[in-house]
Amino acid sequence: MQTKTIAIIGAGPAGMEASASLAKLGHQVVLIEKKASTGGHLNNWHHLFPDRRPAKELLQKLKQEVNHSNIEVMVNTAVHEVKQNDYRYELVLSEKNVINANAVLITTGFELFDAAKKEEYGYGIYNQVITNSDLEQLFQADNLAAQFKKPVKRVAFVHCVGSRDAKVNNHYCSKVCCVTAVKQSIEFKERMPETEVFCFYMDMRMFGPYYEELYREAQEKWGIVFIRGKISEASQTRDGSLQIKAEDTLASKPLRMNTDLLVLMAGMVPAEGNEHISRQFKLAIGDNRFFKSKDNHFDNQLSDTPGVFLAGACLAPMNITDTISQARAAALRIHEYLTN
Amino acid sequence: METKNSTRLWKSYQKEIADDHYYYARSCIRQNFFPASEKVFLKILQEELQKDIYDDPHHTTCTGIAYHSDIIPQETTATVIARHFALMTELGYENLAISCVTSFGLYTELLETWKHFPEEEAKIRELLWKATRREFSIPKNLAHSSDIIFHNREEINNKSKRRLVNAKTGQPLKVVDHIGCHYAKLFPEKGIGGAEFPYVLTGMVESWGGQVIDYPERRHCCGFGFRQYLVMANRGYSVSNSKKKFDSMAPYEPDFIVSNCPGCSMFMDKWQYTIAEMEGTTYGKGGYGIPVLTYEEMAGLVLGYDPWDLGLQMHQVSVEPLLDKMGIDYSKPNKYKTQQPNSFPKKPLKLMV
Amino acid sequence: MWGYKIITTNQIDYDKNNRAIRNKILALEPSLRICIACGACTATCTAGNLTPFNIRRMNVLLQRGEYDDLKSELGKCMLCGKCTLVCPRGVNLRNLILKTRETLLNDECHVL
Repeated sequence: MQTKTIAIIGAGPAGMEASASLAKLGHQVVLIEKKASTGGHLNNWHHLFPDRRPAKELLQKLKQEVNHSNIEVMVNTAVHEVKQNDYRYELVLSEKNVINANAVLITTGFELFDAAKKEEYGYGIYNQVITNSDLEQLFQADNLAAQFKKPVKRVAFVHCVGSRDAKVNNHYCSKVCCVTAVKQSIEFKERMPETEVFCFYMDMRMFGPYYEELYREAQEKWGIVFIRGKISEASQTRDGSLQIKAEDTLASKPLRMNTDLLVLMAGMVPAEGNEHISRQFKLAIGDNRFFKSKDNHFDNQLSDTPGVFLAGACLAPMNITDTISQARAAALRIHEYLTN
Repeated sequence: METKNSTRLWKSYQKEIADDHYYYARSCIRQNFFPASEKVFLKILQEELQKDIYDDPHHTTCTGIAYHSDIIPQETTATVIARHFALMTELGYENLAISCVTSFGLYTELLETWKHFPEEEAKIRELLWKATRREFSIPKNLAHSSDIIFHNREEINNKSKRRLVNAKTGQPLKVVDHIGCHYAKLFPEKGIGGAEFPYVLTGMVESWGGQVIDYPERRHCCGFGFRQYLVMANRGYSVSNSKKKFDSMAPYEPDFIVSNCPGCSMFMDKWQYTIAEMEGTTYGKGGYGIPVLTYEEMAGLVLGYDPWDLGLQMHQVSVEPLLDKMGIDYSKPNKYKTQQPNSFPKKPLKLMV
Repeated sequence: MWGYKIITTNQIDYDKNNRAIRNKILALEPSLRICIACGACTATCTAGNLTPFNIRRMNVLLQRGEYDDLKSELGKCMLCGKCTLVCPRGVNLRNLILKTRETLLNDECHVL
């Protein structure tokens, strides 16, 4: 079999896993990453839902997998321009490097929604307002309580920040934030058992295996209170805490409370570079601004451009399990494409 | 509040404010309740800042109160506003300076509607022509008059005679800013600072030495509404919303409230009397209320104008505690110098005046 | 005299509410915590089909420390136990009602 080269753009879990699968099938892979290291958002996460597995464990495994003689990893590298010649793609990279690929896999993933855009929550204005990602960073520390300037007697999580929200043009659900909030609220309670923990949600979307069980554990074991209603605004009080307002929709009454910490569950948005990639490869973009696959049942990993494949959160918000499944499915589709 | 951070935020909501040559659209109710504010605005622009602004006697109500009370149809409102555009066009002005927040919201809403539905504009042009034989151009620049004061706040500061500072302690005065809902809640990008952290009044207060209080109900509506106030049985909604704000701001002991909306200024001033009479609660020190100023009155005090020339004697809540704090030398007998003898209202039972 | 009056707020002021009674009841019947407000209890409730009695909403109010509505409502329950039977999460609603009644009775004997 003649060796074929596959360019994979984006070295998060999807790109890494697909590289490993293709390498095992005997293909040559160039894994291109614009950041300084591989691993994507896993680098910023402490533990993963629902089993609370350390993100580092996954990172290590993925890194071992891509440490393969068939895989060349290029970090700090962006794709500037793409030229198509018959069934080959010529990718012009940073520093004018050029690679020729028989197939291309796009795994550019997502970015976290910029929570400062939801001004009513005061992210970037009030110190007591942080994001899910900020909290993961805080969880890395041994002593969580010591990370806050003032004692945190109460914390409130806001679901759907930047998701299901026409005001920021994100009509879709980011899927993973509900279970992340449940996970983080438990982790908070474990570290600081005296803190009261609230989750303000619009709907609880516990779609994956053991998610619903985790939700139940949060209620039953940890006494975390779930209030159905979106917080409409946070404002500073005299003692330096925040006043939050929501409707307790199940009680049919507006509600207010003060909280010492507000955690915004920032959703997923398409990566900034996707637009450039879509132009270069003539890829269709969906109404949700993520990439659009050829057929969302049978050809989910295929794009409308022959030889260009898609996997992971560049297609839609998804968890790591689905991302890895998609990466492997893409590897198989690429293998079929190159061997036929 | 982390002031620096919120300042960063409002910078993304900069809007264009014309620098000179304005056509002035007055408010209906301000001339009654805060009679000198609009006069002071004209004086500041014409005499202090040497700007050209035209105060047109042919200008009428924008019908905002009737419109928001569901009394008149939208076409009538649009035609009345179109007539104002026509008056302005005939005089050769392109920049509109609007005194009232509800007018500002309505004018903005109308222009925005016409952008999306040009057939509506064509219809109103026809109606105006049939009714008045007038034609108009769309204003080049639409600004609320508080935007214009904000725009010139540093120049006003350079000419200031007094600061928003407690003369005895040297501490900045603690100010509650209240933005009319129709200033930025309808079109956040048309307000300085947007809807959540509006900066238009805060900018003035900070430039002139004061300090703005960020209290929990800062963004809450004053409760004025339109039919909520106009129908007596509904007034409870209005007063209760104002009370919610007073209860929330009182622990910070604000020295005064400043607002850019005719309705808000009036109700935050008058309801303090009502609440005191109804349930005995007063929000200032020693049984007084919290003085409520319009931004023109605040600018006037900073520029050294006499408080009674600013019309502060027309306020329900006495402004003297504030004047004393600022170290303003005012004449007590002059307060009611223009009042007819034997025409003084009865003293309130609870609220100190 | 005024023709209108100052209205007391409909807002749940979580920090002002006395949650001690709630905590006491939660300790007696901890399963209340796992309610997901599906409303099956209310759908099947004997009393709820004839009166505005809404056991699902009552449980929410109890958890927020809003007892006023509760006091007038509790007596309507016929203790038939069907709510407990249908609950998908296994909340022991019948016992919850009994414990809530007991606690509120002990707390303020004039309640029921």
